Amino acid sequence: MSVIKNNRDFVVPGAEIVKSMDYVPGRNCFRDGESIIAKRLGLASIDGRVASVIPLSGVYIPRIGDMVIGKIAEIQSSGWILNINSCFDAYLPLSNVNEFIDTKRTPLDKYYAIGDVLYVKVVVVNGDSIHVSMQDSRSRKLYGGRITTISSAKVPRLIGKNGSMINLIKEGTNSRIRVGQNGFVFIEGGDINLAIKAIDLIEDMSHTDGLTDKISDILKIKPPKQEAPKEVPKAAPEKKVEPKIGQGELHEEKK
Amino acid sequence: MKRKNDRKAADMREIKVEAGIIPNADGSGLFSFGRTTAIAAVYGPHAMHPKHRQKYDRAVLSTYYSMLPFSTTERVRPGPSRRSTELCKVIREALEPVVYLEEFPKAEIQIFIHIIQADAGTRTAAINAASIALADAGIPMKDLVTGVAGGKIEGEYVMDLEGKEEDASVCDLPMAYIPRTKEVSLLQMDGDLTKKDIQEIMKMCVSSCEILYKKQKEALEKRWVKR
Repeated sequence: MSVIKNNRDFVVPGAEIVKSMDYVPGRNCFRDGESIIAKRLGLASIDGRVASVIPLSGVYIPRIGDMVIGKIAEIQSSGWILNINSCFDAYLPLSNVNEFIDTKRTPLDKYYAIGDVLYVKVVVVNGDSIHVSMQDSRSRKLYGGRITTISSAKVPRLIGKNGSMINLIKEGTNSRIRVGQNGFVFIEGGDINLAIKAIDLIEDMSHTDGLTDKISDILKIKPPKQEAPKEVPKAAPEKKVEPKIGQGELHEEKK
Repeated sequence: MKRKNDRKAADMREIKVEAGIIPNADGSGLFSFGRTTAIAAVYGPHAMHPKHRQKYDRAVLSTYYSMLPFSTTERVRPGPSRRSTELCKVIREALEPVVYLEEFPKAEIQIFIHIIQADAGTRTAAINAASIALADAGIPMKDLVTGVAGGKIEGEYVMDLEGKEEDASVCDLPMAYIPRTKEVSLLQMDGDLTKKDIQEIMKMCVSSCEILYKKQKEALEKRWVKR
């Protein structure tokens, strides 16, 4: 029984995290004999009996339940194909849309046309087939605004603990911002250019300390008060962040 | 036999390793053995086009190897050649055993390798750079791959030959090695060697690869852990 890497230690593919049969391999890990080995570059995470790796880079890999932002790329006879910033396109079948659509009378682009942006939930992940759904209270079509992209591994950093970072940007720019788990960020209203600048900064500096201060600087606002304890750097654990992303509410513009 | 810069027979040339040198790529790496320098960029996984090249159960690993026109004393004609086609193949086959291709059915992972300066040992430098770039791109892998070439000059086994030494050597034996599982994923031989020669050179390659493995890990750590 031996734990070789501590929580939040940097690992490269092939690095041994734990050498013991008392642990089980979690995400981005595999077992080889007694050892649990990292599959991807990232930070080791040991949570109870589960050893896993929090990735620091890489394309978005969909998971059931993720709320993502997708752009309609193609219309088919019984659904839409969405680009979700992943290696696979997502499919939105008619059956996953709230409205009843009579395909004999109504062309599908009356509902969602090519280029439209949707906030959807991932409901099926099976190899390369990804199905998304509008049948979720949080799902909706997004109007106007602009889309910017951030690496999906940095989404937890963009949101921050309990949404602290994203709220800071919302406050500083007066924009309405919605972050998809896939790394697409929808920004509407307020100072969009400033918001994109702040997001780009997070993308570049995501693995450094004092990021909140740097963002406050370019937004020209005071950093939030609870800043005092030096927080854990780098990507926050995905688990804690998920419910916040789930809420995904559009914060109204503050005056 | 005396080597340049008082290098010992088992020593490699000066090694330079860097990760994340190409901001627009999903992952990138630079690797150099003395004057041989390779840069690698990884894009993907993304949708495979043309579609007829898709594999229904796994991703396709595409490698592009090219020597830049100014990389050697004689100008290299740009574009694919007989030699570069072969190198694409051997580099791909050296990397394929470690990449979890089955996680991305119908997708493609592209690796572009450019030799910006060549002085023998480009295929092993390319493998080292590509393996860093793959890890940097967050591609699931079983391990990093390392590579080095060995040879025999005047009856003495030497590591990491440079251009002039390669001409003097009776043989050039490039090898790619997967350190964690102790597997060999590339072994070529250009020249004549006895069985004992091959065994000795391979042993030396393995110990050199262990050094390279450490350097690769350091480079990735430097890139990702607090600047």
